[in-house]
Amino acid sequence: MSTLREALGAVWRTPRGRAGMGFLAFLALLALLGPLALPEPFRQFDLEELANAAPSVDHPFGTDQLSRDVLSRVVSGARISLAVAALAVGLSVTLGAAVGLVAGYWGGVLDAVLMRLVDGALAVPRLFLLLLVLSVPDRVPLAALILLIGTTGWFATSRLVRAEVLRLREETFVRAAEALGASRRRVIFRHLLVNAAGPLLVAATLGVGDVILLEAGLSFLGLGVQPPTPSWGGMILDGRPVLEAAPWVSVFPGAAIILTVLATNLVGDALRDAFDPRGA
Amino acid sequence: MTRVLHVRDLRVSFPAPDGHRFHPVDGVSFSLDRGETLALVGESGCGKSLTSLALLRLVPPPGRVDAGSTIRLGDTDVLSLEGEALRRIRGRRIGMIFQDPMTSLNPVFTVGDQIAEGVRAHLPVTKAQARERALALLQEVGIPDPAGRLDAYPHQLSGGMRQRVMIAIALAAEPEILVADEPTTALDVTVQAQILEVLDQLRRARGMAVLLITHDLGIVAGRADRVAVMYAGQIVEEAPTLELFAHPSHPYTQGLFASVPRISGPVERLTPIGGTVPSPTAFPSGCRFRPRCPQAFDKSELPPDLLAVGPDHRMRCWLAEGRGGRD
Repeated sequence: MSTLREALGAVWRTPRGRAGMGFLAFLALLALLGPLALPEPFRQFDLEELANAAPSVDHPFGTDQLSRDVLSRVVSGARISLAVAALAVGLSVTLGAAVGLVAGYWGGVLDAVLMRLVDGALAVPRLFLLLLVLSVPDRVPLAALILLIGTTGWFATSRLVRAEVLRLREETFVRAAEALGASRRRVIFRHLLVNAAGPLLVAATLGVGDVILLEAGLSFLGLGVQPPTPSWGGMILDGRPVLEAAPWVSVFPGAAIILTVLATNLVGDALRDAFDPRGA
Repeated sequence: MTRVLHVRDLRVSFPAPDGHRFHPVDGVSFSLDRGETLALVGESGCGKSLTSLALLRLVPPPGRVDAGSTIRLGDTDVLSLEGEALRRIRGRRIGMIFQDPMTSLNPVFTVGDQIAEGVRAHLPVTKAQARERALALLQEVGIPDPAGRLDAYPHQLSGGMRQRVMIAIALAAEPEILVADEPTTALDVTVQAQILEVLDQLRRARGMAVLLITHDLGIVAGRADRVAVMYAGQIVEEAPTLELFAHPSHPYTQGLFASVPRISGPVERLTPIGGTVPSPTAFPSGCRFRPRCPQAFDKSELPPDLLAVGPDHRMRCWLAEGRGGRD
């Protein structure tokens, strides 16, 4: 399985891959277009009559204690969750790939120093580090949240890429490219990075699920996405005091988290099998 | 005859665990004229591949080419080049193809892409022009339906086709010299002959010099103008191909011939060369073939030079002293 298109095709041909990709595509579409058809997620309909209202035709997922439509908040939350996950994972994959390429290609002292730093960083529990940093300021802007999640998530990726580069460096086609006068930049980006893209893509896909969970957890603790911006974790936090009276306030965002993470893991899993040379 | 490559006293060394350096390539000298094919023959581990990598300064670290070695490419002193100047030699003046066509192509790009990359690495052409050249090259190396194959991925091609693609890539920037490191070892016998034929045609058509590295004496006959036999990091015998096949003189060369089956003549038992190839970390003193040589004598304790056995025919063996005036 060598090319990206073939790998994606192979994922689509597995039931779990198709289910995962299908759900994610549906969710992305919903996140993009849903808000056009749904009520404004901040709109408070009627604090007296419509607080914690059960699901109905007007409000299929019910309303929360501020009489806001839960469905439109879940859909807006999908925007936030997916955007945070995509940007944070994009950042950590870029950082991880860059460090891995540098360490693997140049080797020697540089490699040793970088990898010992990564070892050290991996010894720090990510969640505690984030909790510590996020609890200091009063309000954390969304961009800062993405930056923090992104910059603390690349350590394992850099190891993965480094290992791939070390393997690929010994391949004849890399030596052949050097022998035929390919520049260093071409060797690094075209021959090493592109061939390491498979495992990198698998790691990124699985990373998306991790980041969605992490962001939901942080938001649930009140340290992630700040209200009134809707986020799935924050909505569960909002629904906690009324869990018995109005379970729909937290159940629907909770289900969204579970399904989304499940879908990304299914796709990641199927991708890994597609790239596995032993063929699963 | 224009001399295109001149290698003198090439020594490649690697550090040994005890801090010394050992020399898998130890004083190799040869030259290559325009349009000529020189075969470098030897067993695995004799240093022939390392010699070819040294020509392009691709000896893997911590190995290095020792001071005192000379590699002259036309007027260029290859060993003094660095960085961009070195890159401009690779592929542009010396092209190289490798043993295993299964692994010498990048699996994620089409063959057209990879040939075009070779063109654009050295020549100032547009993408479209590079693609046109790639098409012409595929045609030149005898790939059927070249236009259709341009967008094929390596795994969609057979071993022989891939090696043809590799040759096309190596020739993309029109080098004066083609180094072919065991180009047919990984291929079926029928495909071997086709690949060698392609190389020969291209050599004639372009007046290119070919350095053919192989362990197989069989593919040397009829393809090479001259043969240099390597053993334990040194050239032990060098002669025009016909002369070498008619009068193999070094005991090692004779041993190689005795271990190859013959199609004509009476059925004989094959005679293998006794013992094993010495490790480059511990070459024997004196003549390096001495421990395995059936004709070793007192003087073999001293390292022999390349001595003349006939016109253009030299060997690294003291026995040559007795026969210097043969014919």
